[in-house]
Amino acid sequence: MAQQDPVENTALAAAVVVAQNSPAPTLKLGRYVLLGLPLLALWVGVYWILEPLSKWITFDLAAMASDSRLGMAIQFFVFEAPKVLLLLTLVVFGVGILRTFFTPERTRRILAGKRESAGNVLAALLGIVTPFCSCSAVPLFIGFVTAGVPLGVTFSFLVSAPMVNEVALVMLFGLFGWKVAGLYAGTGVAIAIISGWIIGRLKMERHVEPWVYATPVGQGADEESMSWALRVEAGVAAVKDIVGKVWPYVLAGIAVGAGIHGYVPENFMASIMGKDAWWAVPVAVVIGVPMYSNAAGIIPVVQALLEKGAALGTVLAFMMAVIGLSLPEVIILRKVLKLRLIGVFVGIVAAGILIVGYLFNIIF
Amino acid sequence: MLDIKVAGPGCKNCQEVKIRLAKVLAELKVESTVRELKEYQDIAGAGVMMTPGLIVNGKIVSQGKIPSEDLIKGWLQEAAGR
Repeated sequence: MAQQDPVENTALAAAVVVAQNSPAPTLKLGRYVLLGLPLLALWVGVYWILEPLSKWITFDLAAMASDSRLGMAIQFFVFEAPKVLLLLTLVVFGVGILRTFFTPERTRRILAGKRESAGNVLAALLGIVTPFCSCSAVPLFIGFVTAGVPLGVTFSFLVSAPMVNEVALVMLFGLFGWKVAGLYAGTGVAIAIISGWIIGRLKMERHVEPWVYATPVGQGADEESMSWALRVEAGVAAVKDIVGKVWPYVLAGIAVGAGIHGYVPENFMASIMGKDAWWAVPVAVVIGVPMYSNAAGIIPVVQALLEKGAALGTVLAFMMAVIGLSLPEVIILRKVLKLRLIGVFVGIVAAGILIVGYLFNIIF
Repeated sequence: MLDIKVAGPGCKNCQEVKIRLAKVLAELKVESTVRELKEYQDIAGAGVMMTPGLIVNGKIVSQGKIPSEDLIKGWLQEAAGR
């Protein structure tokens, strides 16, 4: 917090006078809870009336014809934009709190010296909850391998961390339901486990730049027990940071989605991205890998594609390729990995995404 | 005498940490040396796994986020008081 809230100072001072024993963080937490509950109620209320409200605004207030293309596109935007932002805020807040329990130090300690296979599974799961951004991929990689986390296990983490992230999961859940979200999480984790395991089997340690292993093991930050008030503050900070950063992409994505929703005819995508087009999955992956977007920006596009008849497997493959494998991350990883290992990494993960795409197209 | 290190390859976030640190240092007027760890080898060697990292007298006080000036001030005062 940049400035101290005067109310807070008074409250704290009062607390010291009233109850010498009650520690300040507890009081602060109480204040956060008191503030949070009405906010949560408001959230639920707004979320509840959003759809009828969006229809009323578009078709009654703005008097758009409910069967016109423009009307459909506008109603889609007026409904989806606040809905997605609401979901995003709540989830980012929750995960911001959750992540205070999973520091990279703790994850590293859990994974160090783990055998392959069990280690791969654990790493893929921890990848979901440990805070990660691709700009930290390199120091994290060095920190892991020098502390004795096997190379393959480290890769399981590096694959799962960006691909199966909370923003992607909750937006999938919000827009498509638990089945699609569950499938995405399940297959994403499976790809992370298997590709990490394969890289471990291939014994590619010599394709890591030699200086990496020569780096002394960093101590890492001390783990201090955090008070719940601090965890709540971390959640708020995460909302400010992440939602503050991605909202323009979310709006842009929903605008594109609205355009497709209103103007592209039903089943238009079926011919290019439908089940029968066998080449659609590889094309989706090839287009998706160099694209770089966060989950929040890509999901509305995904939604619009699905709605117009694109096959689920193809669309999931596209989304995984966009957020799981990104060009900037690959370029940054080149600092620690030789080309051959980078090639193997991208190749195996892309192959995994392809398989998932085909699998879903066959099943559904 | 505070020994301060800012760990990060020079991205926007790292610059922001440096700017805030400079402001706090100017305000506190404590004697200090500020060094930047820009090479990944040095960053990881110092134990920082998420950039930007801030290290005061060998202790990682923050990593993976841009701390507020108030927080930085608190850490510096604590380290200087010891």
